[in-house]
Amino acid sequence: MHELSVISSVVDAVLDSLQKYPGARVMEVRLRVGALASVIEDSLQFCYGIATESTPLEGSRLVVNMVPVTVYCEGCGAEGPIESLQSFRCSACGAPASHVRQGRELEIEAIEIEEAEEVK
Amino acid sequence: MTTRIVELRQGILKKNDELARGLRSRFESAGVLVLNLVSSPGTGKTAFLERTLRELRGRGARVAALVGDLETDNDARRLAASGAPVRQINTHGICHLEAEMVGKHLQDWSGVALEQLDYLFIENVGNLVCPSSYDLGERIRVALLSVTEGEDKPLKYPTLFNSADAAVITKMDIAEAVGFEREAALKNIREIRPNIHIFETSAKTGAGMGAWLDYLAEAKAVKAV
Repeated sequence: MHELSVISSVVDAVLDSLQKYPGARVMEVRLRVGALASVIEDSLQFCYGIATESTPLEGSRLVVNMVPVTVYCEGCGAEGPIESLQSFRCSACGAPASHVRQGRELEIEAIEIEEAEEVK
Repeated sequence: MTTRIVELRQGILKKNDELARGLRSRFESAGVLVLNLVSSPGTGKTAFLERTLRELRGRGARVAALVGDLETDNDARRLAASGAPVRQINTHGICHLEAEMVGKHLQDWSGVALEQLDYLFIENVGNLVCPSSYDLGERIRVALLSVTEGEDKPLKYPTLFNSADAAVITKMDIAEAVGFEREAALKNIREIRPNIHIFETSAKTGAGMGAWLDYLAEAKAVKAV
């Protein structure tokens, strides 16, 4: 539901980072999104098209890499994936595990840009 | 034309996270315990908060509330009946509160200074999805769930329940009438967030409020880690 706010923040951050590369065009933006981040890829893609219009990001690809949830188990010390988002239990011993180690990410990993020819 | 990969590795909500960190350290140094209340629309956040404010005042605590809402100030007016200072944050269509809105509304809140408060409650916009991504600088995040919503709600919204420190079940006075399956609800909450504090309350009868207020007092007494 807040995908448009998320994408607007992405566009702002990318535009900021483009200041070092005047005239560059963005080809691709790669995100890392945790399974617990509450955003849906389809909505991100939809909002991306709208939010990038008339910016140096227009027409670029949005790649969303999903990050699965892993938890740390205080009981047995194992760190591993959970079976589903409906059960936060250690995959090794089955005990309830509430320490989420990954899966909340909402990050811009990298961008691919095409730099402008240098003016001689 | 040369193509180049630029590694950014930065949080998308970095700006919000930074503002929230700033707020958190302000709250801690002022000695005020800040809570962020999140639930669906209609769970009874406002009724629960009004009773909480009233009872805390009765115990001599200094309390205030910020209330997020899409458009109206109805909730703020209801809460003001408790006698506590209350300020409305209208988000104008945004489905969650952000740290910036909280900071702005604290800045020019006449007559309210953080140093003179024991507790500050932030009632989020009624929504179980989006508020979970936005840190407001709170120490305790509270997820509320009413007995009419279905025992499997925590399973449907794991992100929010997993990020909460306390869960409050509201409207316990009508639990029997609506066939609320208490054991199932408690089990589902703990399946998503083991070790969470759970309070079963009724703002109408006052049931469960004592344990909740004791929890607040205890959290207040403990310095933030």
